[in-house]
Amino acid sequence: MVENRPWLTYTTHGILILGLIVISFPIYIAFVASTHEVEDLIATVQPWFGGALIENYLTVLQSGKQTAGGVPVSTMMFNSLIMALGIMVGKISISIISAYAIVYFRFPLRMFFFWIIFLKLMLPVEVRILPTYKVVVDLGLLNTYAGLTLPLIASATATFLFRQFFLTVPDELAEAARVYGAGPIRFFVTILLPLSRTNIAALAVILFIYGWNQYLWPLLITTDANMTTVVMGIQRMLFVADSIPEWNLTMATAILAMLPPVVVVLVMQRQFVKGLVDTEK
Amino acid sequence: MQKRVTFRNLWLPYLLLAPQVIITFIFFLWPASQALFQSLLVEDPFGLRSEFVWFDNFKELFADPLYLDSMLITAVFSISTTLLALSSGLLFAVLANRAVKGAAIYKGALLWPYAVAPAVAGVLWLFLFSPANGIVALALRAVGYEWNHVLNGGEAMLLVVIAAAWKQIAYNFLFFLAGLQMIPKSVLEAAAIDGARPFMRFWTIVFPLLTPTTFFLLVVNVVYAFFDTFGIIHAVTSGGPAGATNILVYKVYADGFVGLDLGGSAAQSVVLMVIVVALTVVQFRYLERRVQY
Repeated sequence: MVENRPWLTYTTHGILILGLIVISFPIYIAFVASTHEVEDLIATVQPWFGGALIENYLTVLQSGKQTAGGVPVSTMMFNSLIMALGIMVGKISISIISAYAIVYFRFPLRMFFFWIIFLKLMLPVEVRILPTYKVVVDLGLLNTYAGLTLPLIASATATFLFRQFFLTVPDELAEAARVYGAGPIRFFVTILLPLSRTNIAALAVILFIYGWNQYLWPLLITTDANMTTVVMGIQRMLFVADSIPEWNLTMATAILAMLPPVVVVLVMQRQFVKGLVDTEK
Repeated sequence: MQKRVTFRNLWLPYLLLAPQVIITFIFFLWPASQALFQSLLVEDPFGLRSEFVWFDNFKELFADPLYLDSMLITAVFSISTTLLALSSGLLFAVLANRAVKGAAIYKGALLWPYAVAPAVAGVLWLFLFSPANGIVALALRAVGYEWNHVLNGGEAMLLVVIAAAWKQIAYNFLFFLAGLQMIPKSVLEAAAIDGARPFMRFWTIVFPLLTPTTFFLLVVNVVYAFFDTFGIIHAVTSGGPAGATNILVYKVYADGFVGLDLGGSAAQSVVLMVIVVALTVVQFRYLERRVQY
């Protein structure tokens, strides 16, 4: 910092390390628990790993938890993956072309459409669950991948992000494109799209995490156990009527549910940070 | 706010906008207007008969002690979560900003909880505090305190607040760190030369300069606590025990989907809509002053 105060530096690192431990603590315990047999976890605490790592994870992936309907977690993870990828790709594609239309064209009703999209910002899924549910049912999209992804695809934040970015692209590029006789689609594909690469990457990371972690919506529209996603499927594992809550299997599922988004954040940290900062400003 | 150079094309812009607008209409505007309309009706659970009752649903809602309870609980929940998440995020950001060595490691290690779904975070903390075999619960029992959040409403609230804040600290940390790094070093150096100690420098210079960031994070955290935490409540406490963690967004779900009170749930949705709109407007109006194109 400005002056040299060693005592303060030690405290700084000390508290940070303490913070790290507290933050990571739940994961550590969960992971440890997932490596034990069921009996080891009843009324005792396991400080270190057990030997049932492979066994537990295989059980959970292949046949799920018996008392929770026996849906293999691998099925649930697959559903989650489709949903997350669908939402990510869907949101990015329709937002980028919408932003392009709004920024680079003059047409009647332009501002009207802009405000419609803006309105969407104010309506998170949680405030319109019943009617949206009814619409999905009426369209016959219950228990389908389309039903899981479509209602979540329209995105005001992504559109605004791209719009903001497009506004900073120099006009000379569009002028040059017109001089060379390139139409709007050509301009978009060969010039604008490559320029937007970093923004797309950043958004992709954020949206994948957003899509993967969806809870309320999958909860509402999947009545078929085989269509559940892993993040919402965990909840079913918790409420067991008469048997022992098999914490080791539940924790294994929790770790699996966390894995993809966390890996994405760790591997693509820079894009993740950029995505977070951009979508909120 | 338009480019100087635009393309002239009659049908292409509409085509480009179509997917977004269609989806927005089908899955947002239409259902939202339905919710508004339904809140003015009283229907039987099967939707066979409905009666237009103007604002009776709302009057009933605000006279219902359970609903007012839920508002109070939501307020307590969001304030506690926001305070905890904001202060921890700020603390870590200030410290990480100060730590020259290993800053990248701290950043990476403090950031990843953001990727965890709220429901999963809830499950993790539920396990830690599980009355029968959670490590924290057992530790508390060892010092004589019997933790049981299934029976004790206050403890249930504490549990969900911790789980909710845990996840959100990463987000606040990130923004506070970015905000801190934007403060010019020269200002702080000048203060140090004038004899201000680090602690004083923080409170008189750094903190006021962080106000925009703090305000922005305040709104985001409140929105998070209001809406994104549904997963935590549903997975961990189901609004219990005896409604102690029955936050508004959970109540909408419970009354509408489980209790099948369509009119009442729609009215609650409308109230929530108003709250979101208010928060969004506040956020945008405040931010618009700072953002230049």
